[in-house]
Amino acid sequence: MANTMQFDLVSPERSLASLAATAVQLPGADGDMTAMPDHAPTITTLRPGILKVDAPEGSSEYLVTGGFAQINGDGLSVLAEKAIPVAEVTRSHLDELISEARASHDAAKNGDDQTIVDDAAKMLADMEALGTHMSL
Amino acid sequence: MPSLKDLKNRIESVKSTRKITKAMQMVAAAKLRRAQESAEASRPYAERFNAVMAGLASSVGGSDSAPKLLRGTGSDDVHLLVVMTAERGLCGGFNANIAKLARAKAEELRGKGKTVKILTVGKKGRDALKRDFSDLFVGHIDLSEVKRIGYVNAQDIAKDILSRFDGDEFDVATIFYAKFQNVVTQIPTAQQVIPASFEETEGDESGAVFDYEPSEEAILAELLPKGVATAIFSALLENGASEQGARMSAMDNATRNAGEMIDKLTIQFNRSRQAVITNELIEIISGAEAL
Repeated sequence: MANTMQFDLVSPERSLASLAATAVQLPGADGDMTAMPDHAPTITTLRPGILKVDAPEGSSEYLVTGGFAQINGDGLSVLAEKAIPVAEVTRSHLDELISEARASHDAAKNGDDQTIVDDAAKMLADMEALGTHMSL
Repeated sequence: MPSLKDLKNRIESVKSTRKITKAMQMVAAAKLRRAQESAEASRPYAERFNAVMAGLASSVGGSDSAPKLLRGTGSDDVHLLVVMTAERGLCGGFNANIAKLARAKAEELRGKGKTVKILTVGKKGRDALKRDFSDLFVGHIDLSEVKRIGYVNAQDIAKDILSRFDGDEFDVATIFYAKFQNVVTQIPTAQQVIPASFEETEGDESGAVFDYEPSEEAILAELLPKGVATAIFSALLENGASEQGARMSAMDNATRNAGEMIDKLTIQFNRSRQAVITNELIEIISGAEAL
């Protein structure tokens, strides 16, 4: 088959991956989606979750905490705030992220903007679901 | 005329100065390489980010529903100047140049009757501006404990700025930093971050019309605060590379000057030693002749 597209995963501090992929599964803000070559051009924000990359050489998974993805017909770039290869994620990583999310949730609760509180609560729930999903 | 002992001491002291400046130069060279690497590593993110933002901003920008970070508050009476400098000196004109640019901007804005507020990042800029503008300082962010600049540091600064913006403390924010050109040239730069402005990239290569998920506005609202952090992060990294570059060339000059000074002092030392010897000989000879 070998129908591939260029996949780039970059974080502000460095570029994490740049390879030819056959399909990439994204945790989109409105739901998971899979991008394959010749996907319609799309820009979507990401929620915390697992990014799964299928390449001819094998698949790899990354934990992302948010950011956005830009899909072109011939390529896909994911700009993540924080991205860690799943194999390197440990419980302590996750605990750190959860406590961060909890702190921002608590901070939001003191404010009066309900949407921010909801967002923070969702973030927290996403983070916790992630832990169960990865069975850590 | 200094005595021989004085000269000797002087030479020794200049020699140890030279050793120190030489060491500093080499440390700066090593750090510069690292700083340049991290500046380069951050570039893909910033470029893509700006490309997406430019597209989004041009399609949403005109409407009234555009987020405040993009549209501005509608006035430009209160300016926040974020002056980013180094924590340490001995790096040539690096800190002074940034401070000079910020000072000129502050004077200009004050001349126009605007209110100016200054947020300093890095101790040296604060020291340089303290004399003239200490009443305008609204805050200071200390990075002296930070060994290696990370995105987290930029996020903290951005958070500080954004919370001030949400509190209606200012209308326009400008960051000051030095862009790294090469080891001898660093260009002090002022860049407006709020309201955000994005350089149009030359012709979107695909010309594709994107689907946005969720809506364009929602994405823009989420990304604009990140844009501030990204701009600050790039500026911090540029600053880091500039600082080390400036320090390297300053220390190179200092090392060379010390070398010249040592040569000059050594000649002076040898001459006066010879004069002492000659004097003694004359005394001995004339003493012998007198007998």
